[in-house]
Order: sequence, then structure tokens, then C-alpha cells
Amino acid sequence: MRASLMVTCLGDALFPEVGESVVTVLRNLGVSVDFPAGQTCCGQPAFNSGYVDDARRSARAFIDAFEGSEHVVSISGSCVAMVRHHYPGLFPEGRDHARAEALAARTWEFSQFLSDVLGVESLPVTYRAAVTMHHSCHTMRMLGVREGPERLLGMVDGLDYRPLARAQDCCGFGGTFAVKMAAISAEMVERKAAHVQKTGAEVLVGLDMSCLMNIGGRLRRRGARVAVKHLAQVLADGWRIDGGAGR
Amino acid sequence: MTANAERERFDAQVAKALGDRRLQDWLEDFQRLGQEAHVEAMGELDDKEAWRDALSELRAHTVANLDRYVDEFTANVEANGGRVFFAGDAAEAREYVLDVARGIPTKRVVKSKSMVTEEIELNGALEAAGMEVVETDLGAFIVQLTGEDPYHIIAPALHLTLEQVRDLFSRESGEDLPAEPDVLAAWARRRLREKFMTAELGISGGNFGIASTGTVVLVTNEGNGRMSTTLPGTHVAVMGVERLLPDWEGLDTALTLLTRAGTSQRISTYISAISGPRRDGDRDGPDELHVVLLDNGRSRILGTKYEPVLKCIRCGACLDHCPVYGCIGGHAYSRVYSGPIGAVITPLLEGLDAHAELPYASSLCGACVDACPARVPLTELLLALRADAVQSGLEQQSWRAGMRGYAELTARPAVWDAAVRVAGALAQPLAPGGVLRSAPGLLDKWTASRDLKTPVRRSFRRRWRESGGRVDDGRGS
Repeated sequence: MRASLMVTCLGDALFPEVGESVVTVLRNLGVSVDFPAGQTCCGQPAFNSGYVDDARRSARAFIDAFEGSEHVVSISGSCVAMVRHHYPGLFPEGRDHARAEALAARTWEFSQFLSDVLGVESLPVTYRAAVTMHHSCHTMRMLGVREGPERLLGMVDGLDYRPLARAQDCCGFGGTFAVKMAAISAEMVERKAAHVQKTGAEVLVGLDMSCLMNIGGRLRRRGARVAVKHLAQVLADGWRIDGGAGR
Repeated sequence: MTANAERERFDAQVAKALGDRRLQDWLEDFQRLGQEAHVEAMGELDDKEAWRDALSELRAHTVANLDRYVDEFTANVEANGGRVFFAGDAAEAREYVLDVARGIPTKRVVKSKSMVTEEIELNGALEAAGMEVVETDLGAFIVQLTGEDPYHIIAPALHLTLEQVRDLFSRESGEDLPAEPDVLAAWARRRLREKFMTAELGISGGNFGIASTGTVVLVTNEGNGRMSTTLPGTHVAVMGVERLLPDWEGLDTALTLLTRAGTSQRISTYISAISGPRRDGDRDGPDELHVVLLDNGRSRILGTKYEPVLKCIRCGACLDHCPVYGCIGGHAYSRVYSGPIGAVITPLLEGLDAHAELPYASSLCGACVDACPARVPLTELLLALRADAVQSGLEQQSWRAGMRGYAELTARPAVWDAAVRVAGALAQPLAPGGVLRSAPGLLDKWTASRDLKTPVRRSFRRRWRESGGRVDDGRGS
């Protein structure tokens, strides 16, 4: 099976190690991974702020970039939601619409790809840490990814899972919302960070680097010693190579 | 109010709410308890998603055929001996109610809680005509005394503490009342009883109007609705024109979800179905019944991409589930409707130019959409309003330029690559640890409360290119 990594704008510029972890995990699972160099940003920042024409420009380039991909796997659930839910509407008719629909159908959030496409039932991963998880609103509500990520974490040996109170609550990122409505966003992320700290977890795992950037930024400001990692990083770091011990 | 003044009012109310630690704690508790109860009440239904589908279809059908149902409702109310007035706007609605009140004549009006009468600012008009207006829902009574707008669609005094209500009632009564809910409610009941017995006019809203029988349905918990609509000689019900249902079967669906979604009750304490004024032989009821169907911008929404908002049954569930409402409360949004539904309906009814900030007062998390019993696609509607705001030039020039520039970058991968490289190079001396505690420009709004991750020196695409795709360091097998 072949998959193209969708590293996202944030992943490219800010979190390259997350894309690397996705490549590691997918290759370990026997997937051949490529990286279409034409990709930049899906256009979600513009679209969610009302700049539909600007978003369409980004989307067109994005569709071009992944034209030949068998599957597209992303480190961010909200970017996948953008492709799946909003791309077809951005191109309401003709060949563009058909291309948008086709891309939407083969674009996956990382955990979704593992659960729904690869059908992963077990993982040779050991990760000795207390871990909690932020589900991310668009991943949960727009993609319907609800139990899958916890099920994957449940396959990891040594992992001490700490459920997060108010897990369904938004972290307050919301794209430009974090700047346009900064004071409200700050209160939301403060509540989220406080709940994360209360779990006693050493690592906050997520499926969307924008939410994790937000919560991580607040945790750091609070002086909390909680590392923030994408699920792929936990799996890549803890993968037992040749019967090794994992992390 | 001008757009700028409205934005300043919004910002001031947000700051006030965020600065009130007691209120913040209370809003968190209120939402947690409300959401747990909501999930439980909805979960009791055999198949809640099927019920939501049914309500969504019912409401969409009614709204799509509204002209037909308005005619049917009107004919049946009149056949029952009532009168229907179709008010094109708030002023027409106020004038009609004033005419009815003057014709009685009226010294005192008792009111059952109604958001639509808040929308048309009816109380002020009646008071200006020399009448005493008494809100009789306990929460509405409280905020009438404090002179505030309702804080929540179904819980107007949600923001006030027991002690604040004690102080308020003590001042009103001239007595030293204790901070005990029973005692305070008893005082309010005595006070309101005098008003009920002497009012010439009773005004209510209408949760639903049933077209097939010309019936106004009121959903209440305190009994004040029934007192307001039966004791005075005249009853005027004022309701949004979209709040019709075809028939009683539809009411079954709507009621089942309204009380569960709104107050987590299987059914409210009172359901009143009012089909006409008192008939010969009736023991009570008003001699006259008037129903005001208010348009006030609603029919303008029909047939547009915003039509699904008219499915709303004003249960308030979206407020209870919205994390933004949970931070800023009800007074920031606008005078009447708050929460996600307020952020959508207020710009539609009063003009987007006057309320351009409201569609942006959401993180688009979708909790409201999950909670809505009528499946109003609130986040989609917020997105549509944002697109209209941009189209209408309501966004700041700096944002417009920024978004255009960003789109240019994203459409040219080579330029993107260079820009990321420059950003990464610039960030290194500024943020040696890869994190900024204080950022320049607009991003200072981010760093006011959060550390900011900065671009790395070597982007993912560079690492991929330079390693020939072996970015996993051979860790992948």
C-alpha cells in the first residue's frame, strides 16, 4: 500500500519531527510513504475566517499536489476535515468537483488511517509514561474519530493512560480565533491546561498539532512539565525494533 | 448602535465576564451539570438520533411551507374566536399590542417569559404609555428588577447568586430576607399574586403554534404562564412566525426534544395548549385572545442559505454546550439572543454590519451542532456569515491583505519553501529555544497567555529533500 504524507503548514515549518514519526510508523506497518513536494497548506485558516476565494486558491494547489496519491495521511484532523467536508463545496461543479470529491474520499487523519484503512489490531510498541489525550474537536466531531485513538493507545505496552476530564471541550485554538478573540481563547486553553495537569500525565497526546501547539504553549507558560506529542511520535518512539525494548 | 460601539460593547462585556472569577467558576459548574443532565435526558430516548432527524425534518418542512401553515394557523385561531396579527417588524408588533392594551384600557400588564417580546422591546413601549409591566417568570422577574437583559434564552438570571437575589428582594420588599431559595420564592410569589389578580392584560410568548387547530402551546415550569394567560381579561401571545408546527403529532416530536434538550426534563411542569378565548361554560380564561406572529426579518431568511436557522426551537442547548458561552456568558452577544444561536440569528435579524464580531465569537468546535435537537448546522451558518462579512468588506484591511498574501504563498510551493526557510532563519536568534514568550505584531495576542512555537531551521520538506526521503533515520523498516 502507498500513502502520501500530508505534513500540513504547521507540521512543515514548526513540527517536522511529527511528520518523521508518521513516516516511521507507516513504513514499520509496511506502507510505502512518499511526500508530494507541491503541498503547502490546505487553506483552512482562510476558509474558517471567511476568505473563501483565498481558500480556494490554496485548495486548488493542494488538490494538484496530491493528484496521484493512493491515500493521503495527515498529522492534523482539522486539515483532513477541511479536505473532506469543505473541498467539494469549494468547487461546486465539473471536473474540479470530481477531483475534490475523490481526494476527500482518500484523505485520512493518522489514527483513522491506522484504524480504518490498515485495520491495526496490535502494535509492537512499549512506551513507559503516564499519558493523557486531547481528542480535538474537528477530529472527533467532523471526522467521527472517537474511540479509535484510545484503542490504539491501549495496544501500547507500559503506557499508563489517564483519562482527561472535560475531554470533549475545545482547547480554544480555533485558527484565527486564537488571535481575533484572544482573551476568550486564553480562558479556554487555561481551563484545558489545568485539566491536563490534574491528570498527572507526563505526556499529552493528540491528533492535531494546532491544538497541541495551543495547549502546549499554555502548559509551558504555566511552567507545567508535560510534554506534548502527536500519537505518531509516541508510536515511533516506542516501536520495538528487532525485539528491542522500546521506550 | 453603530458597528464600532457594538464592538466596544462586546469587548467590554467579554472583559467583564472573564475578569469575574466567581462567574467563571459558576459558568463552568453550570455547563458541566447541564451537559451531564442533557446527555442523560437525551440518552433515555430509544434512538435519540432518529428523534433529532424527525425534528429536523419536521421543522425544515414547516419552514419550507411556512406561508401555507401561517394561513392555516390564522384561519383556525380565528375560527376558535381569537385574532391573529401578522407583524412585519418590531414597530408594527409593538403598535398592535399597544392598541390592544389601550383599548381595554390597561394599567397593569403581567407577562410570561418571552424572548420575542425582548426582541421587539415591548416592555419599554408599554411603560412609555404609562402602564406597569410585570415579568412573572422568576428569572425574568429578577432581571427586570436589576434592569439587565436576559443572560440565557431559558434562564434569564443565570448569572446572579442566591445572595444577590436576596439583596435585591430585600431592597424591593423592605424586609430583611434570608438567603434561602424557598423564602425568596415565596416572597416573589406573594408579590406576583397581587399583580396577577389585578392585571387587565396578560402577555406571553409562544413555544409553538399548531396550525391544524390554531393552538398556542406554552412550555413553562412555574405556573406563571397559566396565570398570565387565564386571569387577565385579555391575552396576547407574541411569537416568531417560524414557530409553527403542522399538527399535534408534530408537537409530540417537538415537545419530546424541547424539554429534554432545554432543561433536561422528560416534560416540563406545565404544558398549556391555548385554543381560543374563554367559551361559554368555561370556568376561566380570557375574554379576548390575540396572537401576534412576528416576522421582523425572518421571512428575509427564507429561501437563502441561512434558512436552516429557522428550524431552531430556542431550547438553549447550544448555549449550555458552547465553550465560548461558558467563558463569556450571555451579555456579550447582544441584547436578546446569546450563545451560538445568538451569534447566528442576531446578525441575520439586525444586520451583519452592526454585529460583524459575532460570527467570529466561536472556535467552530461544533459542540453546539452535536447538542442541537433540531440539527441546526450552526458552525456552517457561522462560516457562511464570516464569508459574507469578508465579501461585504467588514473585515479589517490588515486581515484581508494577510489572507491574500498567505494564499499566494500556498499556491506557489517554491515560494512557500523559501518563505519557511526565511522564517526559520529569522526565528533562530529571536527564539534560541524554539519558543517565544513575547511575539511582535498581532501574535502578541497569542503570547499574552501562551508561549509561541517558532519555525524550525530545517523544515520537514528540506529534511525530506536532503535525506532523499529517509527522514525516519532508517528507523522505519
